[in-house]
Amino acid sequence: MTAPLISVAGLTIELDRHAILQNVSVDIAPGEIVTIVGPNGSGKSTFLRALIGAVKPTAGKVSHAPGLRIGYVPQKLAIDASLPMTVQRFLGLPRRIGRVQAAETLNRAGAPGLAGRQMTDLSGGQFQRVLLARALLENPQILLLDEATQGLDQPGSAAFYQQIEEVRRTMGCAVVMVSHDLHVVMAASDRVLCINGHICCEGTPEIVADAPEYRALFGTGTKGALALYRHEHSHSHDHDHDHSGHDHSGHDHSGHGH
Amino acid sequence: MLDDFLIRAALAGLAVALAAAPLGCFVVWRRMAYFGEATAHAAILGVALSLALSLPVLPAVLAAALAMAVAVSALTGRGYAMDTVLGVMAHSALALGLVAVSLFTDARLDLMAFLFGDILAVSRADLAVTWAGAALVLGLTIWRWSPLLMATLNPDLARASGIDPRREEFGMTLALAVVVAVAIKVVGVLLIAALLVIPPAAARPLARTPEAMALAAALIGATAAISGLWGAFLLDTPAGPSIVCAAAGLFLATTLIGAVTRR
Repeated sequence: MTAPLISVAGLTIELDRHAILQNVSVDIAPGEIVTIVGPNGSGKSTFLRALIGAVKPTAGKVSHAPGLRIGYVPQKLAIDASLPMTVQRFLGLPRRIGRVQAAETLNRAGAPGLAGRQMTDLSGGQFQRVLLARALLENPQILLLDEATQGLDQPGSAAFYQQIEEVRRTMGCAVVMVSHDLHVVMAASDRVLCINGHICCEGTPEIVADAPEYRALFGTGTKGALALYRHEHSHSHDHDHDHSGHDHSGHDHSGHGH
Repeated sequence: MLDDFLIRAALAGLAVALAAAPLGCFVVWRRMAYFGEATAHAAILGVALSLALSLPVLPAVLAAALAMAVAVSALTGRGYAMDTVLGVMAHSALALGLVAVSLFTDARLDLMAFLFGDILAVSRADLAVTWAGAALVLGLTIWRWSPLLMATLNPDLARASGIDPRREEFGMTLALAVVVAVAIKVVGVLLIAALLVIPPAAARPLARTPEAMALAAALIGATAAISGLWGAFLLDTPAGPSIVCAAAGLFLATTLIGAVTRR
């Protein structure tokens, strides 16, 4: 077992004396895809912000591997209309990059040829891909995505998550994403954390989907769609990381009639 | 050459315009237009304090502007929206300042000079202070440009890049206080906010990147300072308001240009 990229131990966060997260412990290993699901107000975005150090823990600890390179894709980025910003310039924040490098990272994020456009003129899907492209610039060891498909329609978010898997496959970075697009996201994950103020349940998508705690939060309705997506997903999964132990069992079709 | 009061006035106006424009871009992008206003109004309170305690004006104004900035930051997010806090603080500070001036002095003080500036009375010493303050602010803005831009776009994104957004914001607040303090003599308390906001707003239709907007804003601000002063000389109008009128005219022109080229 390699050392974790991010290690969270006993994390408790209170805002305005209101407990948002209680005693959350989790390790993120290199190369794995971890999805965090939970109802609105469950603290999942706060958890992700704690991972980048934007929220101070009330108790517990978030430790990064030394020199950890993080790529962060925020939930939303409202660029004020008064701020002119080309895609090229946005990618070059905080460090300027050349045209070739910009074109390269845009290609990787599935948004080729956008460098000269204004950020405010992009469609929702293009915008998210540019955010992803910027996150990929530093060659991250871990990619953190906070509801990155908010505002995208179903095909749009499915395409976006396929792009994430593609990025993970080619760059080998770990991915931690917060989502409530359960059926689109869960099957693509190695591990799912179900958070509602604390970790209700965790494990492979199957284990979580069958867990009574998860069903109590989301009902059983998503399971059919989950199975559907899993079917599609199983054809394009290759294992270039060290989690195949629970991975493979997660993607066979036995026991789920469809 | 510095013996000519018009040359001194032009140089002072140029300094304030050059320092205010790039900083003003952040004011505009962060929707803080009234923050500049509130800081400026606090300056009158600073003037009153300096008279009461017979302190030099500049440090007293600087302290009052900073105190205002800190108070506004502390009050926002406690049940009041930013614009409400600014409204309460800006007007209270201005009123309190005016009351304090009349209490502490024999009302012989030329309050108009502080409200509207007296750029034609700029002395060599004033000029030195103005340029030093302007250079400090311009230097600070250029030095912290990239991190401050990140923090303006999205604080979490800045955080993930190892930038502390709160530190950058505090630096910007400091710079605002300095600009207000040195600009009082030039355009006065009531019009400082105009030099922070109008040139960047006028530059917006011309720019495709943040840097281009800051550069254009600086050029527009400088043009407004010179042409406003020239107009004031020709038409015998008050200098500070004339500079702001020139800036407003440039805003109108670029907005029209922007509307035409967008078609």
